Amino acid sequence: MSTNATNETTTRETTIQADPNLPTIRIIRDFDAPPDKVFRAWIEPELVAQWLGPKSTEMKIDEWNARTGGNYRYAALQDGEEVATFYGSFHEVRPNERLVQTFTWEGMPDGVSLETMTFEDLGDGRTRTIGLSVVENLEARDGIMASGMEVGVYEGYEKLDALLAKG
Amino acid sequence: MSEDRLSRVFAALADPTRRDIVARLAVGDATVGQLAAPYNVSIQAVSKHLKVLEDAGLVSRSQDAQRRPRHLEAEVFDLMTAWIERYRRQAEERYRRLDAVLASMDDESEPITNKGAAS
Repeated sequence: MSTNATNETTTRETTIQADPNLPTIRIIRDFDAPPDKVFRAWIEPELVAQWLGPKSTEMKIDEWNARTGGNYRYAALQDGEEVATFYGSFHEVRPNERLVQTFTWEGMPDGVSLETMTFEDLGDGRTRTIGLSVVENLEARDGIMASGMEVGVYEGYEKLDALLAKG
Repeated sequence: MSEDRLSRVFAALADPTRRDIVARLAVGDATVGQLAAPYNVSIQAVSKHLKVLEDAGLVSRSQDAQRRPRHLEAEVFDLMTAWIERYRRQAEERYRRLDAVLASMDDESEPITNKGAAS
């Protein structure tokens, strides 16, 4: 299943692949920076804090040991208040090539996903990142993708509305 | 009239269990028993949810009289697409912040030798 976005597109827009039969999400995106730099933005806490957290929240990093076997923990702050906390381990940190982490939201401590990020050198100072998330089952995967679904549903209604009008 | 049907669709999808049922039917047809399996509720309760989805035109039952597997109506795939698109946009927003971070790293860090020229 793929999406045909009608919104503005650039040549390097994010692509999402959700396999209907596997509990995975794949996120692909190209960046105008070489792999070493993109990799740094993924593992140096002062850089990570500038982009990773959810929109309209501030990211407070409690622990960040970005080495193979290390761990991390961070909180999302909204108006100075913790709204969500996440933690996991760095299973493998292979500079400029591969980053493997576990990821858990403390609100659902039994849920853990395995996040594998690969950094492909595209040449000309560009990098393709491929993030693969593997979760426990399809229900969990759909739940993750459905977060914020209310809005998605409302947007979808416009199309449904048109279909219903035809029938 | 069509507005009436729309509001039934709104109401049907307002419930998280029913959204979950829709998500699972998107993967393939399933019988009431199969749909009820992962929940801690009775078959009757799931049947009730299915009735709401059927009344809204989101789910139909096939003619197979024995098992009567439920089928997701094709229109709902537009909703599913919107759902994935929403998730994609969230990721894109995050990565645009990363674009900005990468651009600012240019300014303050060691010289980058091979900055790709556009075009």
